[in-house]
Amino acid sequence: MDFTFSPEHQALRRLVREFAENEVAPLAAEIDRKHQIPFETLRKLGEIGLLGVCFPQEYGGMGAGETGYCILMEELGRVCTSTATNVGAHIGIGAMAIHLDGNPEQKRKYLTPLARGEKIAAFGLTESNAGSDAANIRTRAVREGDSWILDGGKVYITNGGFADIVTVMAVTDPALGARGGVTAFIVEASWPGFKVAREEDKMGIRGTSTAELVFEELRVPHENVLGKVGEGFVTFMKSLDMGRLTLGAACLGGAQAALEMAVYWAKTRRQFGVELAHKQSVQWAIANIATEIEALRSLVYRVAWMVDTGQTGQEFTQLAAMCKMYGSEVASRAIDLALQIYGGLGVTRDFHIERAFRDARIAEIFEGTNEIQRIVIASNIFREYGVRIRP
Amino acid sequence: MDFALSEEQRMFRDMFRNFAAKELAPRADEIDHAETMPPEIVRKAVDQGFFGATLPEDCYGAALDHVSYVLLLENLATACASLAVSVAAHVSLVAMSILEFGTDAQKEEWLPPMAAGEVIGAFALTEPDAGTDTRVLETRARYDGDEVILDGVKTWVTNGEQAGLFLVFARGPQGMDAYLVPRDAPGLTVGYREPTLGLRSAYFNTVYLEGCRVPQANRLGAPGDGEKIARRAEDRMSIALAAIGLGLAESSVDVAAQYATERVQFGVPIGQKQAIQNYIANAHAETEALRYLVYRAAWLVDQGENFSVDASLVKTFAARMARSVTNWMLQVLGGYGFMEDYPMARKYRDARVLGIIGGPTEWHTFRVAQAIFAAKDMAIAP
Repeated sequence: MDFTFSPEHQALRRLVREFAENEVAPLAAEIDRKHQIPFETLRKLGEIGLLGVCFPQEYGGMGAGETGYCILMEELGRVCTSTATNVGAHIGIGAMAIHLDGNPEQKRKYLTPLARGEKIAAFGLTESNAGSDAANIRTRAVREGDSWILDGGKVYITNGGFADIVTVMAVTDPALGARGGVTAFIVEASWPGFKVAREEDKMGIRGTSTAELVFEELRVPHENVLGKVGEGFVTFMKSLDMGRLTLGAACLGGAQAALEMAVYWAKTRRQFGVELAHKQSVQWAIANIATEIEALRSLVYRVAWMVDTGQTGQEFTQLAAMCKMYGSEVASRAIDLALQIYGGLGVTRDFHIERAFRDARIAEIFEGTNEIQRIVIASNIFREYGVRIRP
Repeated sequence: MDFALSEEQRMFRDMFRNFAAKELAPRADEIDHAETMPPEIVRKAVDQGFFGATLPEDCYGAALDHVSYVLLLENLATACASLAVSVAAHVSLVAMSILEFGTDAQKEEWLPPMAAGEVIGAFALTEPDAGTDTRVLETRARYDGDEVILDGVKTWVTNGEQAGLFLVFARGPQGMDAYLVPRDAPGLTVGYREPTLGLRSAYFNTVYLEGCRVPQANRLGAPGDGEKIARRAEDRMSIALAAIGLGLAESSVDVAAQYATERVQFGVPIGQKQAIQNYIANAHAETEALRYLVYRAAWLVDQGENFSVDASLVKTFAARMARSVTNWMLQVLGGYGFMEDYPMARKYRDARVLGIIGGPTEWHTFRVAQAIFAAKDMAIAP
């Protein structure tokens, strides 16, 4: 056993932290207030190679593995949840599907510009009646010669409003359902029939795009089928596992930042003649959340290590769900505590705790609600005991 | 024991409910996003007598008992917590302080226009370095013949933007004093409005007092009565805020339960899922516990009982329950709960602020503990 980071990963963390503090943190309030995508930040992240952090060097990536990717997400999550979300949707699920199941030609053509940040990806799974129930999707793909014709639409697509490449899941054989009847496609947003129909107005992560996409007779060449026809569900689930792990890493960063803020104010703010740090209820709250954050940190990097050492079976699926579920809940508790310690200052929008509080809430919902994560975890546990549970 | 509302209270409740559904609910999201309280909405509330809710008839008030008053705030908050907070600050913090501690002249001067909504009341106690800990209040009151000169900075002044009258607390020669300061008093400036997480259609301002002169006759109560006046006002406001938490909680359960009947996942409405059933059943239990704690506190006020500790108890419980209920009900709505096009995100933001304003949860929890230990003959310090 060895719980230290390699010198390469330590160097990566220094690079990312410096970037996060100098380039990302100063924009966090503004992109939230103006509801803006930090395009310049994404461009710079691409330039220094960070948007390909976990992809192989032959496709323009950095080759720093899942551990490196978690470091990136933790450090971004520490300063700006919106930016971490843009990056997570791009690397962690959008491009990840191509990395996991793309053929060499698809990787050369699509993964390479995505890894360099020349193009931005999104992940097209959710529909209005198929969120957590991903097997219930309605978008249809019908074969026509060397092409597939896509009709339907997606909702709540992160990066959807500006992504160049969207990996889309569509039904190719309604009779077969999720296992065998669903196929993943690589779709370019510039193609005729691809339309951004709507941008959502959200409580938090306002520096991100959450869009509704509509496909009308969208022609996709057969060579853009990702993986095998009928196996799209598997591709998407594998991508989601990766996304859940790294969302946990982003939550770790957010929780750590909240703890640091809470501690700072507890040692600064005086009431009734002493600093709040001398109040036992404050001490307990800080001690509890610090313990949870350390537990989360160990969980996240242990699961990243599993990916980097090729251990991505059923146990990984279960642990990735734990990273997402536990991470989002620890982050929410941590920021809630920071807000409470800051009192009135915590709820004014001139101050970043208010933003972090709004931002944190979505992590308990997106990339599979925490209810779905619990179902994933419970069904894995019961499977070992011979019980098959249904959602 | 009798847990039923009177005939009259039921009639009032239906009227408040109707007003909230017809006049507030359709516009609540819009005014929250615009971060304003449109004068026509305030006018409609005034026309219903809400701004004189508990004031007696000789002041042109609606003479509501306190149970009916919490029914009012609860029902306003089901649709728009911002308006409910504005009414509560006006009535509970300012008008009722004048009614309780004012001279006949002060009551005659201020209460009729307050009941008519011509003068909105604002409460100016908190300072940048003195919130809960009022012993370190820095605003000063210097006596100068028949006048008093006020100097200091007040923050988080609820209704500051709209107010015609400020109840200002300042340290005078004999302890803390309270003053009725009209908006046009020389030296009073309404400054920065805080942009807030929730309650975005309510106004929280910084107010500057720079050599602000008012007649000695504008002092509420005797010199040094400020502490007592402030505590009484905060106790009343605690019950009012708890009623608002109740309105937020019950309307969230309603929205989420309705959604759970409509949203189909895995082939069934999610209301068929045990986890969702648990969320909603637990939230309903929390809401009902809160409901009767709020009504009981209001009933104590009507009985003329000492309600000071009960006010803190219900405030801390309400802040916790409203936070918990809105949080879980948002979870039931999933992605829709996070979108600003639906009311749940607003209710969640509004509920969070209840644990901070009117004294943070930690302060009210301390007061409850203090009463418990006092009964065991032990004094505890905050």
